[in-house]
Amino acid sequence: MSDQKKKIQTPLTREAAKALKAGDNVLITGTIYTGRDAAHKKMVEAIDKGEKLPFNPEGQIIYYVGPSPTKPGNAIGSAGPTTSYRMDAYSPKMIEVGISGMIGKGEVGPGVVEAMKTHGAVYFAAVGGAAALIARSVKEAKVIAYEELGAEAVREMKVEDFPVIVAQDAHGGNLYIDGKAKYHQA
Amino acid sequence: MREITTETITETVAQMCMSANFELGDDVYAALETARTKETSPVGRGILEQITQNAGIAKSEGVPMCQDTGYAVFFVEVGQDVHVKGSLREAINAGVRKGYEEGYLRKSILSDPIKRVNTKDNTPALIHFDIVPGDKIKIIIAPKGGGAENMSEVRMLKPSDGAEGVKDFVVERVNKSGGNPCPPVIVGVGIGGTFEGSAILAKKSLLRELGSKHPAPFYAEMEAELLERINKLGIGPQGLGGNTTALAVFITTGPCHIASLPAAVNMQCHAARHKSAII
Repeated sequence: MSDQKKKIQTPLTREAAKALKAGDNVLITGTIYTGRDAAHKKMVEAIDKGEKLPFNPEGQIIYYVGPSPTKPGNAIGSAGPTTSYRMDAYSPKMIEVGISGMIGKGEVGPGVVEAMKTHGAVYFAAVGGAAALIARSVKEAKVIAYEELGAEAVREMKVEDFPVIVAQDAHGGNLYIDGKAKYHQA
Repeated sequence: MREITTETITETVAQMCMSANFELGDDVYAALETARTKETSPVGRGILEQITQNAGIAKSEGVPMCQDTGYAVFFVEVGQDVHVKGSLREAINAGVRKGYEEGYLRKSILSDPIKRVNTKDNTPALIHFDIVPGDKIKIIIAPKGGGAENMSEVRMLKPSDGAEGVKDFVVERVNKSGGNPCPPVIVGVGIGGTFEGSAILAKKSLLRELGSKHPAPFYAEMEAELLERINKLGIGPQGLGGNTTALAVFITTGPCHIASLPAAVNMQCHAARHKSAII
């Protein structure tokens, strides 16, 4: 674990994803894509039917978020992470087709971890409830698919120094387990 | 009989929806600041710093502190000497519609849990009405996010389980929740009542001011013991390790049946939002 912040640029190659370790503080810059419950359901249905996804998933990072509406003059509304386990049913397939990083909050399940290990992907935790602060690192955002889903639509976001922590890595490293064990008092 | 117009109610509710989502209570802010100085995990301290910084930005810019601006939950005490010309329920819903639109707040309510169609204006609100003496209306709004609500539970314990059984249930519930409910959390506990009654007691516990003590020494002690046990779990801010898992444990009790010991745990994230107004 290091206090030093690692800067990464998207797209994130499988190799770059594998180089990140649980506990690393990371600042993400570049294009990322958003999606939560309803969008994931639609995207996985599209994959199953052999249809194209709204974006090329190769080496991309997906952010589990449903932002609040954008105030005039701002790039995005408040935009903190949503709880990740609800995407557990869909994430392995997303990783399989190219996704190399996910941003959310709370632990992801064993099925997702297996896919992360097999294909080389990393899970980042953003601070849940720090939504107004996180919005400051979003420079541009536009809806690219499923507009009818409102807050749940898929957005393309340009971010600069988006602050996250590697919570679960491609080698089974897990800060939810290690961090808790370190501070647990019997 | 005092008359109150629906317009007054609607306007008050609209303002409350916005201020509740923009301004974190001073008590919560102070508790987070204290936690930051006491937290031993460097990752945890960094997270607590982001959370307090976030509260400052939300307040100064008039934007929601969390994108999940919640289910609009209300506790409304209606004085029995008050007459509202028109529908009180509709006046509150109109306030929610207005406040969530004008405040750029997220609309998170679905009209059907299975078909999942968004009502697009965050209505209907969930309103708990009570009739009280007097000629005023007291309105409390407590917008509730989904992440922490999903980690809540009602359990019908046996009377023989007693205080120890309740305490073990509360600690187990927090432990199983891990980082999901956005710790540091506030743990609302309801003991007694019926199945649904215990859940409402737990939710009401979340309205208490941080730093306040339970008036009954027995339950004040139980709250302190639970808080200590929970903070020893090591879950920490956002579940990434540390000694700040909960800011407070609040218990509310109610009478119950001779055969029952209902207990409910309502989890509240650090964005502990509630505002009240008296009309």
